Amino acid sequence: MPSVCLYFQVHQPCRLRRYSFFDVGHVHDYEDEAENHRILDRVAQKCYLPANALLLKLIEEHSGKFRVAFSLSGVVLDQIERRRPDVLESFRRLAATGCVEFLNETDSHSLAFLFSPREFRAQVLLHRKRIRALFGQDGRTFRHTELIYSNDLAKAVDKLGYAVILAEGTEKILGRRSPNRAYRPAGCGKLKLLLRNYRLSDDVAFRFSEAAWSEHPLTAEKYAHWLHRIGGKEAVVNLFMDYETFGEHQWRETGIFEFLSALPGEILRHPDFFFQTPAEVAASHDPAGEIDCPGFISWADVERDMTAWLGNAMQQDAARSLYGLESAVRRRKDEGIFKTWRMLQTSDHFYYMCTKWFSDGDVHRYFNPFESPYEAYINYMNILDDLSQSLKQKKECIHDRDAQTLPL
Amino acid sequence: MRILMFGWEFPPRMSGGLGTACFGMTKALAGLGHRITFVLPHAGETSTAPFLDLVSTSGIPLSGPDPEEGETELLRRLTVHPLPALLSPYLSADRYRDLFLFGEGRFRDTAAVYGPDLIAEVARYGRAAGALARRLSFEIIHAHDWMTVPAALLARRISGKPFILHVHSLEYDRSGENVNHEILEIEREGLGKADRIIAVSHRTKRMIVERYGIPQEKISVIYNAVTRAEAQRVYRVERKGDRKMVLFLGRITFQKGPDYFVEAAAMVLRVLPDVTFVMAGAGNMMGQMIERVGELGIGSSFHFTGFLQGEEIERIFSMSDLYVMPSVSEPFGISPLEAMMYDVPVILSRQSGVAEILKHALKVDFWDVREMAAKIIAVLKHPVLAGEMAEKAREELRKIRWETAAELIVEIYREAAASAPERG
Repeated sequence: MPSVCLYFQVHQPCRLRRYSFFDVGHVHDYEDEAENHRILDRVAQKCYLPANALLLKLIEEHSGKFRVAFSLSGVVLDQIERRRPDVLESFRRLAATGCVEFLNETDSHSLAFLFSPREFRAQVLLHRKRIRALFGQDGRTFRHTELIYSNDLAKAVDKLGYAVILAEGTEKILGRRSPNRAYRPAGCGKLKLLLRNYRLSDDVAFRFSEAAWSEHPLTAEKYAHWLHRIGGKEAVVNLFMDYETFGEHQWRETGIFEFLSALPGEILRHPDFFFQTPAEVAASHDPAGEIDCPGFISWADVERDMTAWLGNAMQQDAARSLYGLESAVRRRKDEGIFKTWRMLQTSDHFYYMCTKWFSDGDVHRYFNPFESPYEAYINYMNILDDLSQSLKQKKECIHDRDAQTLPL
Repeated sequence: MRILMFGWEFPPRMSGGLGTACFGMTKALAGLGHRITFVLPHAGETSTAPFLDLVSTSGIPLSGPDPEEGETELLRRLTVHPLPALLSPYLSADRYRDLFLFGEGRFRDTAAVYGPDLIAEVARYGRAAGALARRLSFEIIHAHDWMTVPAALLARRISGKPFILHVHSLEYDRSGENVNHEILEIEREGLGKADRIIAVSHRTKRMIVERYGIPQEKISVIYNAVTRAEAQRVYRVERKGDRKMVLFLGRITFQKGPDYFVEAAAMVLRVLPDVTFVMAGAGNMMGQMIERVGELGIGSSFHFTGFLQGEEIERIFSMSDLYVMPSVSEPFGISPLEAMMYDVPVILSRQSGVAEILKHALKVDFWDVREMAAKIIAVLKHPVLAGEMAEKAREELRKIRWETAAELIVEIYREAAASAPERG
């Protein structure tokens, strides 16, 4: 009875405005609000609203048999709550079906685990609280920013009481074992591990509209047929991808919505196959073995490591400088400063500074609002400079930021 | 193939990037097995290029004072209207005399090399080309910039071989809207009559199409490259770290935007007083720049070196922490590539051809002095930024090779040779 586990990541960073050195000390507002609005509206129109409507329809049609999971970063939640309540409402309708699981992650879509255990824990607990408040679900599944994973992370997540954690099904940790099983992370008692089947996931997320691909065009029938060849009672096929795949990365014209629309029916056509959310998989599957992952892995690039965010000296310098402000930020007890500091933790800011592949003009460039990784670094460091100057000033001097007690 | 090439500069005697480009290009073409006769107005001590035949027109006797038979109309016109005020191919004349006040040749520019009457020189060079075209056998005429146009046209008339004009710089680049009409005419005629045109960037191609009305199809873009000196760098990198140095290197003329560099320097120095700015080169705006530096009160942190060449250039690169090219209009701009060879991070004007190919450099609009200053500050303040840029630039440089450019040039030779009708 193999199960299919679909999880979609929903995230939009808070893009920063062009912030010159000569703005330091004068301008304390760092967000490119217009650009963030523009992109959120576009993605809402092209992806979130139509895809949510389609999923709702599919869930109703298959009366409980079609199930999916989402993880909404706290950063995108902030934006949706402020600007697009209609999008939030459509996610809540999905939650109300009982067929949709909402996962937990670090609220700021951050790399905090690598720099501050305290901050990591605080962000996970905050996100858990928000998801509970918005969707009425107690988080059972944890997924880290960009599917970053290691033994140490698994242990920390185990301690936080989660039932299951997600990671990339890379050969680096699997060896010759199959990604289509539940595993036990090394050193963990209860926590289970689900691994992304990257070939099947990327067939949809990356290759769907690639005309040069030998399988193009990909139909739901063909794709379901590939899944059906996966046998075994204990099997679970984990298809994890960005939600923006539907309508934004793969445009409507590519036929991606027709594909998604036909997929559940095609998969369920085989009587042994069914859909489960990650928490349901964890509850019904025993671990097939233990996975040891001493170093960090992720779902990014061919390297599947941390180099997209912390691969060069600029990225490391920026991240170290940011987390170097932590104790000063906490002592300050100023909500505005604290929120800004968290907003600056979003992994995308570091991704924009990546010089790997920059020359070849690939996916990194596509997502980068800056002309070059160097501009991204300069801009970020100017903002950090201003933030740390604000921290040094007497509190009374900052009139536009109200000091409040924080739920840290 | 045998190529008759007309140039105006060749190392070590040169005032800018044209000579550097001709050196790298001819060396790579020779490496592909092609034979080049390179014609220069003066040869002098030039003998550093065993891979080609260098010919100086200064040694060629002309057939008396009268125009030789079969001379082109262009050449005849040039002799009638010499332009004594014009002193260098890359200079508009005003304030040029300031340079001579410095004396000693230390601040000299091409004028010192080529004498005061450039157009007369161009005409003399052009006429000598006739004698050469008769004497030598070749399949292609390849000429660099307007100074060599009369020569190339005469050579084509005599030989009937295809003429390829390689554009490294246009009068609109050099002089903005204050163009010299005589030079413009020569350019126009050369561009119009050339069988094929090679532009050093898309920026230049666009200008040729828009300003001179030349059809796109006739123009191919081939980027310049950089020659790695066979001998290793003479100077090791000798940056000390305590006091950072920011370099401008180029002719101090309108085209190169030295004034923007000076204004940016003043803004930087208000924030980072421990920085030295160096303006290396000479040109007709130098006096004006010295005055402005005085006015801004930054003289103790801002130095003028005068005209540099050879080892002096290598030395100044090796001492620099940052190279800035603020050009107002730069068809290509080879010097950032040279700076990168010395691991010097680079800030480029977006109004340059080289910006089309360099990814690991910071780019600014030349007029945006504030942004230029902000970027200078960033590179000086953040060693990790400078380090990352230099490291990636090194990888990038490996791909910018004259060998690749030479292969593209040969392709154009072949096409031109195949399609050009024989002329009598």
